[in-house]
Amino acid sequence: MIPAIFVFIYLAAVLYIGIFAFRKARGREKPEDYFLASRSLGPFVFLFSLFGTNMTAFAILGSSGHAFSNGIVTFGLMASSSGLVIPLTIFLMGTRVWALGKKFGFMTPVQMFRDRWECGDIGTAIFVVQAVLLVPYIIIGIMGGGTTLNVISGGLVPYWFGGAIVALVVMSYVFFGGMRGTAWVNTFQTILFLTFGVIAIVVIGVGMGGFRSAANAMLASPALAPLLTRERISPLYFFSYTFIPLSAIAFPHILIFCLTAEKMNHFKKTVIFYPLCILAIWLPCVFLGVMANRVTDVPQIKAKQEARRVLATQGKTMTPEARDELREQSAGDDVIMLLLQRYAPLWLAGLLGAGIMAAVMASDSQILALSTMFTEDVFAFYGGKRRFGEAVQVHTGRIFIVIITIVAYAVALRAPETIFELAIQYAFSGFAALSPLLMAALFWKGSTKWGALAVTLWTVAAVVAVAVFQHAVPAPAPGPPLVAWAVGGTEVLTRTPGGTAVFGFMPVVPMVLVSGLLMVIVSLLTSKPKQSTIAKYFSV
Amino acid sequence: MKRILLVIAVIALYFLHQDFWFWRTAHPLVFGFVPIGLFYQGCFSVAAALLMWLLVKFAWPQHLEQEIEQQKTEEGRPR
Repeated sequence: MIPAIFVFIYLAAVLYIGIFAFRKARGREKPEDYFLASRSLGPFVFLFSLFGTNMTAFAILGSSGHAFSNGIVTFGLMASSSGLVIPLTIFLMGTRVWALGKKFGFMTPVQMFRDRWECGDIGTAIFVVQAVLLVPYIIIGIMGGGTTLNVISGGLVPYWFGGAIVALVVMSYVFFGGMRGTAWVNTFQTILFLTFGVIAIVVIGVGMGGFRSAANAMLASPALAPLLTRERISPLYFFSYTFIPLSAIAFPHILIFCLTAEKMNHFKKTVIFYPLCILAIWLPCVFLGVMANRVTDVPQIKAKQEARRVLATQGKTMTPEARDELREQSAGDDVIMLLLQRYAPLWLAGLLGAGIMAAVMASDSQILALSTMFTEDVFAFYGGKRRFGEAVQVHTGRIFIVIITIVAYAVALRAPETIFELAIQYAFSGFAALSPLLMAALFWKGSTKWGALAVTLWTVAAVVAVAVFQHAVPAPAPGPPLVAWAVGGTEVLTRTPGGTAVFGFMPVVPMVLVSGLLMVIVSLLTSKPKQSTIAKYFSV
Repeated sequence: MKRILLVIAVIALYFLHQDFWFWRTAHPLVFGFVPIGLFYQGCFSVAAALLMWLLVKFAWPQHLEQEIEQQKTEEGRPR
């Protein structure tokens, strides 16, 4: 229970930060202040809050879980590629979006697209797709909060109650603090998990008797040695993953965050330090996830390894349902928490639990982004702001935050978590496929609204097609993939144990490439916006 | 010329991410416990930070900020 007390202290602290931000903003009840902190964030808060916004529960729990099952490849797959692509996109596109926001007063990406391509309803279509792809993150954040509190308290706090507490705390500081409160909380959270990642690796390393012996013991074991190499993942799959970080700049919450910097110079530190922040958080998590395989005295870890072994040796003869059950049993998302429980003193496990909680609660920015998008792209666009005024717009945003949190909590209580984990996988590819929208809007004078519509419809069709395919064709046992379509001996479409492959690539590769092609072809065939509109954008 | 070199550096680093040469080996273990593939990717992250520093130093889109400053000045000027 002691670790849970630390977590509750942490929750009280973030709640206080939100309320403090609310008091600081009193008397400035304007949409730009509530939703964008008056575009006034300083360099330090901008760096840590932007980074914290992008670090969801997956960064700590999911990365160590993935590394537990797949080995060191997790770091190159998800972290170092993001460390190159994300700051590069912030450098190239984030700065331009910031400048356009300052110049024309945009508060959401859809506002910019509507103005850039002179389109109203197509903007609404983009809003709907962005919103649908964003909702699973909010649900999974609440689920993660419930599960983490339940595990940290040793089962004393039930899942439904833990989820309710997390939902209430996140809703409260977003409700009161708006962007300012969310940015401050994200900064606090990022500092927490940057600090505790280092502490965790030292404590667990000492507890395990040093990593040197653990690494050598793994090398000596035929079953575990491959985890210290990348032989379980194909080079094509590894290459495909470099397309996933393109999703970051297409996420509405990241783009909206880009509008909050006071000066463009504040991007400089973010761009330079982003890869180092990723290194500092992911390297310990991935390494600990791999090393967890050497722990012999934690029964839950042994049970996961046994499930993995059964899946590998007998998976082919099992039903798809039995395989899915074993996959779930072998999943390592809680290995970091198990290692902390085994090796860290109670008080430190509590502090580290608060750090993990910080990562799990990263759904705040998505909630605020959805609220900003709803009030700007729907409420204000369809005349609400003109009729009722700015104060009502902010109230509408706050009511939306309450409604979306309650709905997300209700869904989190009823639906199985795996569905939303899958939805997030699709969402990453979906947002990556939407990234050509932003590239075309910012860099190509010839792009048109019909090109934008083609990209949006293609993204929806591709995400639905992958989801239907994976539902219709169950994942095979570990080993060679199941070939669904081959032409002249070339495998076109295959079902792999972890997902789908098109010509050996992850679906995100054709999704992004076709999106880009559609933008070019459809734009070339359709009429451009007025010259005056184009001139507005390309003088910046 | 500077810009071309920076573009080449970005493309080169992107391809250096695909380090197939360490694909199937864990050796040497750096510091006695870090597999070489993981150490390489850690160094890659540091190299990415250095590249970002070069981009910020030599290709920063200063004109964007200047335009905003100019717009602010014009808005503040008495009419």
